[in-house]
Amino acid sequence: MPIPDTETSSRTPAPDPVPGDVSLARLSLRVNGAVRELELDTRTTLLDALREALRLTGTKKGCDHGQCGACTVLVEGRRIYSCLTLAVMHEGESITTIEGLGTAEALHPMQAAFVKHDGYQCGYCTPGQICSAVAVLEEIEAGIPSHVSESLDAVRISDAEIRERMSGNICRCGAYANILDAINEVGGQPA
Amino acid sequence: MRFDTPATTNPIDRLRIIGQPVDRIDGPLKVRGAAPYAYEQHEAVPNQAYGWVVGAGIAKGRITRMDLDAAHAAPGVIAILTTENAGPLDKGKRNAAPLLGGPEITHYHQAIALVIAESFEQARDAAQRVQVAYAVEEGAFDLAEAKAEGVGPSKDSPDSKIGDFAKAFAEAPVQLDATYTTPDQTHAMMEPHASLAAWDGESLEVWTSNQMVAWAHQDLAKTLRLKKEQVRIRSPYVGGGFGAKLFLRADILLAALGARLAGRPVKVALQRPLIANNTTHRAATIQRIRLGAGRDGRLTAIAHESWSGNVEGGEEENAIQQTRLLYAGANRLTGTRLAHLDLAEGNAMRAPGEAPGLLALEVAMDEMAEKLGIDPVEFRILNDTQEDPEKPDRPFSQRQLIECLRQGAAGFGWDQRSAQPGTRREGRWLVGLGMAVGFRNNLVDKSGARVRLDGEGIVTVETDMTDIGTGSYTIIAQTAAEMMGVALDRVVVRLGDSSFPASAGSGGQWGANTSTAGVYAACVKLREQVAQALGLNASDADFADGMVRSGERSIPLADAARDGALTAEDTIEFGDLQKRFQQSTFAGHFVEVAVDAATAEVRVRRMLAVCAAGRILNPKSARSQVIGAMTMGLGAALMEELAVDTRQGFFVNHDLAGYEVPVHADVPRQEVIFLDEVDPTSSPMKAKGVGELGLCGVGAAVANAIHNATGIRVRDYPITLDKLLDRLPG
Repeated sequence: MPIPDTETSSRTPAPDPVPGDVSLARLSLRVNGAVRELELDTRTTLLDALREALRLTGTKKGCDHGQCGACTVLVEGRRIYSCLTLAVMHEGESITTIEGLGTAEALHPMQAAFVKHDGYQCGYCTPGQICSAVAVLEEIEAGIPSHVSESLDAVRISDAEIRERMSGNICRCGAYANILDAINEVGGQPA
Repeated sequence: MRFDTPATTNPIDRLRIIGQPVDRIDGPLKVRGAAPYAYEQHEAVPNQAYGWVVGAGIAKGRITRMDLDAAHAAPGVIAILTTENAGPLDKGKRNAAPLLGGPEITHYHQAIALVIAESFEQARDAAQRVQVAYAVEEGAFDLAEAKAEGVGPSKDSPDSKIGDFAKAFAEAPVQLDATYTTPDQTHAMMEPHASLAAWDGESLEVWTSNQMVAWAHQDLAKTLRLKKEQVRIRSPYVGGGFGAKLFLRADILLAALGARLAGRPVKVALQRPLIANNTTHRAATIQRIRLGAGRDGRLTAIAHESWSGNVEGGEEENAIQQTRLLYAGANRLTGTRLAHLDLAEGNAMRAPGEAPGLLALEVAMDEMAEKLGIDPVEFRILNDTQEDPEKPDRPFSQRQLIECLRQGAAGFGWDQRSAQPGTRREGRWLVGLGMAVGFRNNLVDKSGARVRLDGEGIVTVETDMTDIGTGSYTIIAQTAAEMMGVALDRVVVRLGDSSFPASAGSGGQWGANTSTAGVYAACVKLREQVAQALGLNASDADFADGMVRSGERSIPLADAARDGALTAEDTIEFGDLQKRFQQSTFAGHFVEVAVDAATAEVRVRRMLAVCAAGRILNPKSARSQVIGAMTMGLGAALMEELAVDTRQGFFVNHDLAGYEVPVHADVPRQEVIFLDEVDPTSSPMKAKGVGELGLCGVGAAVANAIHNATGIRVRDYPITLDKLLDRLPG
């Protein structure tokens, strides 16, 4: 395909919309164990489906461009930036958000460890950090190697492994050292 | 309560709850994602519409034509706000450039329209259909070029001349004359500026993310030409600020105007790629430092001059502030100059002034120590002063800088540092140690609170103070619990509402000390009411364990409110102790780096901060403030820079992919030590701030460690590897 002349294309107005032209799609998501039926504008990201349509605002929007990690959720058990994927791509899939990890009465061990180790400050990146951290421990447990793994066959929890794998979740308040302590506590590595 | 004599013993000194490293009381909400931030107030009002902000595509000039027809015709569009239909607007006292631009444009990405639609997707789509034509004007965007035109000094930062600098410098046997640059930086807090606005007739309610509720309240009312009573602002949770959310910004104003135009509630979050150019940033500086010393290492001449740029009405980046106070020396010269630039407004970012100022001064001190052949720690100790060097009859209230440095050096293993740079090698790594002094003044401003005791013995605190991650909820609860003698879980704290008493807000590291002092004042009044209700003598009543004791009598606290809740309100106001004593906070920062001998990649291996900052109200959250600031300092040293397009006039890397901040993999284990200190001149809490101190000097310590590792002195931040690569040793 030829590369479009950007000079020209940037000056071409978008095609005129047809009034009332909204493309809606029905879909079904299993969110935190419950089936949720939705009718959404097909352009809706998974993040906005959670935050706006389902009002599950624990998942945060920091950049909307896959740059910060605040929107991290677990889809079919794997972590994903929910701002970089459309909701309609997840028909029938199982989504776990921060609201599905623990309750006020019974925090998930990772949530409790974040409180104990002060693994946050403003709290805005926190749900994404926690979802990511839960998945990181599972990835290490499953033997999935990372850039810093010394061997492809023997993946073990270490500070370096955690730091590497958590680097897609920015914390501008700079709670990284405390987040590491929290993950180590849950992961069984002495802090 | 007026605070004009140094504090004596008071109930805070018991330190049963305050001063203890308790977990944050808002922690369980935050780790569950259950703390609602500004854009998440679904329950606040029904029928919320979505706004998308259109930013100007030029830096300076005029809009000649705006074609909104296609956007209006797009599905779901309710209204489009521009200056054409915004109605008459004033400008907030604390805003330089107008928050809604048009037809005149004064900076890139200045908001020029808000597209309001039924859904976020529709608003975003319609906004792409807005067609704008501009007449572009020439602007000034390059500080190095505009520097010669700089004017000054300003009334807030007059030149200061003590003794005869020129003569002393000329006669000094050892001299340094060096120029340093620091780049524009953006706060990059994780939560974008966001607001929800709803009108009820002529009354406006706003849920927003703002550090200073009282300022936003005042400036929103002024901009909309409303009475303050018509406006209510709430900011219960703030997803980071670092100065970005000190002021009324476009999200609040556009949500308010948009909601009026649409006739229904509207919510707006600044899109991440707009934030760097639309809002404020830390302005770049060019700093010249001259130091003169005798061979004994004593400074005889100190000069620090700094240039920065700003829009019309903006102020200088006061990078020379700390140099007036930090070291002894009889002959001194400091001053700032401000050039006109047509970039977005430069304004406060965490530790404004000192953060960039110390990036320069503390490298200059390292360079001078090297010239003198004196250890950098000893050189600073040699030039310590216990009084304001410009006014020797004005002592520091507390100044434990030497102790910070001695403890830091011992704890960090400073004796392992090789005085000869570039000589410690571990495999492919060149290893170096660096240190710098951290310094930031303690600021105070009046702060109010309301405290209520109910018949269940629950104490509720209300103040418009905000918690931007600093721990305000927790230390305010600890203060009230200590004062009223109840357990922490008997205290409810409600923050960030303009209907509550005005606090000093979150900024300038004054929030912890002043807001808790305001709560202290209100609690003193409530204690009097309780004693009176119980028929006890307030002056000798002891409040502890949910009981009030006086003489032989011991009565449950809750009994005082048996016939109805008791409410007390007060504001702490400060006298002239700030003038009589120089109140500052101090730190010794120590850093170890390893620099790849082939690629010049810099890895920070260890960091230590030893801080002297008055009473530490909660060692756990205070430590977090400091490690977070150390992380930001690492970013300032190694990666953070808004790159200026000096032709088009904007910050190019205006998102979180292009503007690099430290991530997990960049940050090593960090240690923080707080020296035992109380400062009775600061407030009844005897506390000062730590949130900005933790940043001050860190970047210079990294720079000095890189020099120690490689022998390369980089004077232009950030120290990216391209600035090291062609000069690496052997």
